[in-house]
Amino acid sequence: MRLSRRIWGKVVHVLVITVFTVLLAFPFYWMVITSFKQNVDLYTMENNPFVFNAKPTLDHLKFLFTETRFVRWLANTTFVGIVVVAITLVLAVPAAYSLARLSGRWGERLGIAIFLTYLVPQTLLFIPLSRVVAYLGLQDSLWALILVYPSFTVPFSIWLLMGFFKSIPKELEDAAMVDGLTRFGAFAKMVIPISTSGILTVVIFTFTLVTQEFVYALTFISSESNQMIGTGIPIFLVRGDVYYWGALMAACLIASLPIAFLYNLFLDRFIAGFTVGAVK
Amino acid sequence: MAVVETRSLTKVFKEGELGAVNSVNLETREGEFLVFLGPSGSGKTTLLRMIAGLETPTSGEILIGGRVVNELSPRDRRIAMVFQSYALYPHLSVYKNIAFPLKAQKVKKDLHKQKVEWAASLLGIGALLDRKPRELSGGERQRVALARAIVREPAVFLLDEPLSNLDAKLRASAREELERFHRRVGTTTIYVTHDQVEAMAMGDRVLVLNKGVVHQLGTPTEVYDNPADTFVATFLGSPPMNLAELSDVIVGFRPEHFRPVSSVNGEAVAFRFKVENIEYLGSEWIVSGTPASGKLGGQKVFSRLNSAQDLSLGGTYDFAVPQRELKFFDRSTEKRVEPKVVSWQ
Repeated sequence: MRLSRRIWGKVVHVLVITVFTVLLAFPFYWMVITSFKQNVDLYTMENNPFVFNAKPTLDHLKFLFTETRFVRWLANTTFVGIVVVAITLVLAVPAAYSLARLSGRWGERLGIAIFLTYLVPQTLLFIPLSRVVAYLGLQDSLWALILVYPSFTVPFSIWLLMGFFKSIPKELEDAAMVDGLTRFGAFAKMVIPISTSGILTVVIFTFTLVTQEFVYALTFISSESNQMIGTGIPIFLVRGDVYYWGALMAACLIASLPIAFLYNLFLDRFIAGFTVGAVK
Repeated sequence: MAVVETRSLTKVFKEGELGAVNSVNLETREGEFLVFLGPSGSGKTTLLRMIAGLETPTSGEILIGGRVVNELSPRDRRIAMVFQSYALYPHLSVYKNIAFPLKAQKVKKDLHKQKVEWAASLLGIGALLDRKPRELSGGERQRVALARAIVREPAVFLLDEPLSNLDAKLRASAREELERFHRRVGTTTIYVTHDQVEAMAMGDRVLVLNKGVVHQLGTPTEVYDNPADTFVATFLGSPPMNLAELSDVIVGFRPEHFRPVSSVNGEAVAFRFKVENIEYLGSEWIVSGTPASGKLGGQKVFSRLNSAQDLSLGGTYDFAVPQRELKFFDRSTEKRVEPKVVSWQ
């Protein structure tokens, strides 16, 4: 009786994991197989869509890299991503630290207030922000995005890092100060190295937000060569009602691989970053 | 080595409220082991943190080695501190933890290894140098914290309840180790604790604090045998001193001096004593009950005896306190006063 219950438990366990794995891996499988299928294979309704029915082809990749500015979009996204990550770190790390440590009860309230600004939707903000962008003469420039993106990456990062810094005992900084560091030194040489998980989480999170942002990128950028991945692909690979499915899927695959890779590389730290303080 | 001195040192956290530390004047002696003893919230840790420079005094002066250090940052005070949680740097190995103050104080790099090894061998942790703090036991962590404190040979050691995270058995051996350590290095040490056993066992002198006010500064014998007021009298000793209000004075006597009349010599005050509870603690017995008559009638009184096998629960016996063991306190100020003749009936 007990044995069969254990076996059942195991079966359910495996079943649940299988369902999730298939569910999450399927988009990737679909992207890979579509990227290498000939158009004939793709559009013949009688074919089994899950397998290759004709010889695989590199035509779509060739199209993507030679007939569109895909590489340029990748470069744009990487550039904006790196700059926004840098700005976010420079602003959020000191802000979160001071809110967590120095301003007592008001620290918490300010932290919540800052987080609330993150909840204002971009669809509401892009109209007033386009005035700002126009005033600064940044239309159709990547700098418009670099200016605007921190408005949502910074609040979230501050909120995330505050939890992190709060979990570091104050005595550690006291000890570091007695041992010969200044307050800033204690922050730079003690608090920062201990919070690598949190800072890493902020880096990955910010970068992901930048790569998938759509509304601002669509509003502020118009020329083909200044597009980001998230806007370039749907604008230039969907022409009217013609979908370049092979190239579309190839582009999505290439864009999502680095992020999937990054996530998996730092998965443990990422989880630690999000769950800090949840379990004591 | 240096002497630490405070002059009317006061810390008020919230304006209008009573200070956490109120006008404390104290002066350590060269190489002394001074203990700050008090219940939680007595201001002992705040006092220590002000000396360390981690807390800014509201008023008053702090002197280390004859120099006013109020304006100096912690790192410039030539102090080392061991924290209650040890505050080991979790991302650094034991070696790097111990070397940290040297690095931070810009001691020449080629001296690091030699100094770290010296400190580690002094505390017997030479084999742990490659480990991370999380891989150490409580006792080992404490030793690493001490090694980190001693490595740059500070003028003053500040220890904030360093034994309170250890279990009882380990605490006794760690206490002994600390004492031996202090005798060997001879650095002026200030040690904060709420544990009177630690204070009595380790302190050259004990500073008894309550609510931010110094109640007494004296050797363990002085504070135990001649408490300055009723707070010190009842805070030290377990069970505490028995106190009785008699007309205009409070009379106190230690449980160990309240004994069956047959074992008391010389002039003594005698009571009829009704035994209400007997606790056997191995090496001693704690007997509590109420005197059957007189002004102490009905008040709970403790007696500490080597043997209570002759006593039984509910029985009434003749007990007595030697006259010379009675302590007298003023009823309104609760301060110690000269012995006087009182009526017990």
